[in-house]
Amino acid sequence: MDNIIVIAVLALGGLGLIAAVVLFFIASKFRVFEDPKIDEVEEALPSANCGGCGYPGCRAFAEATVKSAKENKSIEGLNCPVGGNDVMQTVGNILGLAVDATDPMIAVVRCNGSFAHTPAKVKYEGATSCAFAHALYGGEGGCQYGCLGLGDCVAACNFDAIHMNPETGLPEVNDKCTACNACVIACPRDIIELRKRGPKDKRIFVSCVNMEKGAAAKKNCEVACIGCSLCQKACAFDAITITNFLAYIDFNKCTLCRKCVEVCPTNAIHEINFKPRKPKPESAPEKTVVRKSETVEKEAVPAKEQIEKGDTKAPDATTEVKEDIKVTKE
Amino acid sequence: MGILKTFALGGVHPEENKLSSHAAIEVLPVPKQVIVPLGQNLGAPSKAIVKKGDKVKVGQLIAEAGGFISANIHSPVSGTVLKIDPAIDSTGYRRPCVFITVEGDEWDENIDKTDTLIPEIALTPEEIVNRIKSAGIVGLGGATFPTSVKLMPPPGKTAEFLIINGVECEPYLTSDHRVMLEKGQEIMVGIQILMKALKVEKAFIGIENNKKDAITYLSELSQSYQGIEVVPLKVQYPQGGEKQLIKAVVNREVPSGKLPIEVGCVVQNVGTALAVYEAVQKNKPLIERVVTVTGKGVKKPSNFLVRIGTPVEQLIEAAEGLPENTGKVISGGPMMGKSLTSLDAPVVKGTSGILIMEKEESGRKTESPCIRCSKCTYVCPMGLEPFLLAKAAKLGKFEMAENEMIMDCIECGSCQYTCPANIPLLDYLRLGKLKVGQAIRNRNKK
Repeated sequence: MDNIIVIAVLALGGLGLIAAVVLFFIASKFRVFEDPKIDEVEEALPSANCGGCGYPGCRAFAEATVKSAKENKSIEGLNCPVGGNDVMQTVGNILGLAVDATDPMIAVVRCNGSFAHTPAKVKYEGATSCAFAHALYGGEGGCQYGCLGLGDCVAACNFDAIHMNPETGLPEVNDKCTACNACVIACPRDIIELRKRGPKDKRIFVSCVNMEKGAAAKKNCEVACIGCSLCQKACAFDAITITNFLAYIDFNKCTLCRKCVEVCPTNAIHEINFKPRKPKPESAPEKTVVRKSETVEKEAVPAKEQIEKGDTKAPDATTEVKEDIKVTKE
Repeated sequence: MGILKTFALGGVHPEENKLSSHAAIEVLPVPKQVIVPLGQNLGAPSKAIVKKGDKVKVGQLIAEAGGFISANIHSPVSGTVLKIDPAIDSTGYRRPCVFITVEGDEWDENIDKTDTLIPEIALTPEEIVNRIKSAGIVGLGGATFPTSVKLMPPPGKTAEFLIINGVECEPYLTSDHRVMLEKGQEIMVGIQILMKALKVEKAFIGIENNKKDAITYLSELSQSYQGIEVVPLKVQYPQGGEKQLIKAVVNREVPSGKLPIEVGCVVQNVGTALAVYEAVQKNKPLIERVVTVTGKGVKKPSNFLVRIGTPVEQLIEAAEGLPENTGKVISGGPMMGKSLTSLDAPVVKGTSGILIMEKEESGRKTESPCIRCSKCTYVCPMGLEPFLLAKAAKLGKFEMAENEMIMDCIECGSCQYTCPANIPLLDYLRLGKLKVGQAIRNRNKK
C-alpha cells in the first residue's frame, strides 16, 4: 500500500519537475520583452483610438513613442492631437524627455457656398454620399470645388464636432474638434483643412477652394475667391499666396491683423472670434453679416465648460463672443 | 426560327419605348459654334495642338492622344479657334474644351465626301489599325474605349471571332438601329476591314429581335460578304454589355477581371464599324455621329447626324423643343445614361442619345427597407448580390465588397430597376466600385 503512494508521489513529482524545467527553458528562450513604459504611455493617452496621430489606435502610438524615445532619444514628430500639449507633456515625463509644445489645431471648413450664396441650379437625388456625388457631377449650385453638403465629414467624425447646418447646407465645426484629421480625409474635395486654433481661438482664413478664373467662380458663388490678389497686396507679412486664382493664408505667418479681410471684394476671407469692429462709415456693417455663420458656432459651447477645460481663454473672451453674436444678429 | 439566343444569367426587360425607330436619320445643320471637350474617350484626355485664333478645317487634327489609351480629336467644323477654356460637359464638370467659331464648311482636301461605296480594302492590317488610330475612333456604343487598342491583341492572345454589337438594348435609343438600316452596306465593308485588321475569319452581328427589319436587311446583305453572320437575339437588357453579348452569341464566358480577348472575342459597335469604314475608305476622321433625341413628351422623336461639339440644346430645338413637364435630360439611355446638369453640354463621341424624361417618370420614389426578396440577385447579369454589395458600400465595408467581387459589376442598373423597395442600389455599387478601385490602384502602386 505504502509502495503505491510512494510511486505515485515520485511519478507525479518527477513529471512536474521535468515539465517545470522544460517550461523554464522555453519561457526564457521565447520571452517577449515588452517595455512597461508602453503600458504607462497608453494609460496616459485619451484612448480615443481615432487615428489622428497617424497610427492605428492609441496602443500603436504608445509603442511608436516608446520606440522612438529609445532609438532617437526624442519623440519629435509624434503628437496626439486629441490629448494636446497636456497629454504629450505627461508622455514626455514618463519617457524622461522634454516635449516641445505644439500649437493646437482645429478643422476649418473652407467653403461658404451656402444655399443663399450658391443657388441650386439642378437637384440631386442620388445616394447620400459626398464621395459618390463628387464622382457624378459638379454640385447643385454649379461650383465644382465647393461643399456638396451630403455630410461625409459628419459621418467620419468620432467626436461629435462637426454638424451640418440645415439652413446653410454647410458643415460647421464646434469646439469639440480634436484635429484628428478624419473629416479632412473624408472630404472628397479637400475643403476641410487643419489650421492653428490661434490665440483666443481667433482665426483668419480664405473660405473658398475654387481654382477657377474669377469670372467663372463668381458666376456660381457670390462669395468665391476670385484671385484678385488685393489681399496679397494688403498683407505686410507675406502670409498670402495665390495659386490657380485662389488665395491661401499661411497660418504660421499670419499675424491676425485683419487687413486682408477688409480688402476682400467678395468677403471670401473670414475672421472668427474677433471683437466686432468699431463701426466705420462704409465697410463695417457688411462685414459682420458675413461672419455671422462662423460666430454662431460658439453659441453651442457654454462659457463655463471652456474655463473648466483649462483653456487659455479668459472669462471675458467668451462674453465678447456673445456680444459679437448679438451684433451680428441685429 | 427556333428559340432565340440570349445570355444565361439575370437580365430585365424594361418597356422598350423605341419611339424614334421609324424616324430616318436627318443631318442637323452645322451650329454657329462648337465646344469640343478634350476628354471625350475612356483613358487619358487629349492634348490640344491648336491655339486661340488658329484657322481650322473640317477633319483637321486639333488635339493629339495624351497616352496609349487615348484618342486624337479632329475639328468637326471649319472656322476659327475662339479659345481653349473650361466648359461644362456631360460629366457635370467644367473641363478644358476647344471653342470653335464656325465659318463656312470647308473640308480637309484628303477627305472623300462622296457617298460611293468602296468595297475593296487596299490597306494591310497594320495600316488599317494606324488609320483607325489617327482618325481618333473610339467605341461609339457609349464606353468610348479607343478602337485601335482593341484591335491590337496583347502578345500571346489571338482573336477568333469579331462580334458586332447591334443589340441596342437600352430602351428609347434607336441610333444604332437606324444606322443598320441606312448604312448597311458601309457597315458590312467596315466589318470586313475590322476582320482583316484582327485577322479573323468569322464575324457575328448580334441584333435583338425587336429590330426585325434590321435583321432581315443585314442578313440579306451578309449573303454577299464572306464570314459574316447575323445572330438574332432575344430582347433582354443588358445584352449590349460586352460580356453578355459574347455569352449570348458564342456561349463563352469572360473570366472575372479579364477582357473579351481572353476568350478570343473582340466586340465592336455597329456605329464603330461605320466609323471605321469612313476612316479607312474615305479618310474621314470621327467628326460626327448619329444621336437619338427622344422621350415621351418630345414632339418629334428623331435621329440626327450631328457634328461633335454641337450643344445639346440645338438637338432638342431640332426635335421641336423641350416639353414643359421635363424632369431630366439624360445623355444616353434611361438605364445607364447620365443626367445632364446643363443643356450647354456638347455632344461628344460617346453620346448615343438625348433622352428627355417627364417629371413623374424620372423622379426617384421613396426608399423603403430591404426585405431580402432577392429580386436584385435574380436579375444581376454578372451573378452578384447587389443588395449585399450596396449595403457593404454604404457601411464603408469596402474590403468585404471587394471579396464579394464588386469590381465585376457592369453598372447596368438592372438591380435598381427591379428593386421593389426603390433602394438606390446602383448608386452605392458605383460608390463601392470607386472606393475599391482606388484601393486596388493604391495597392498596385506599392
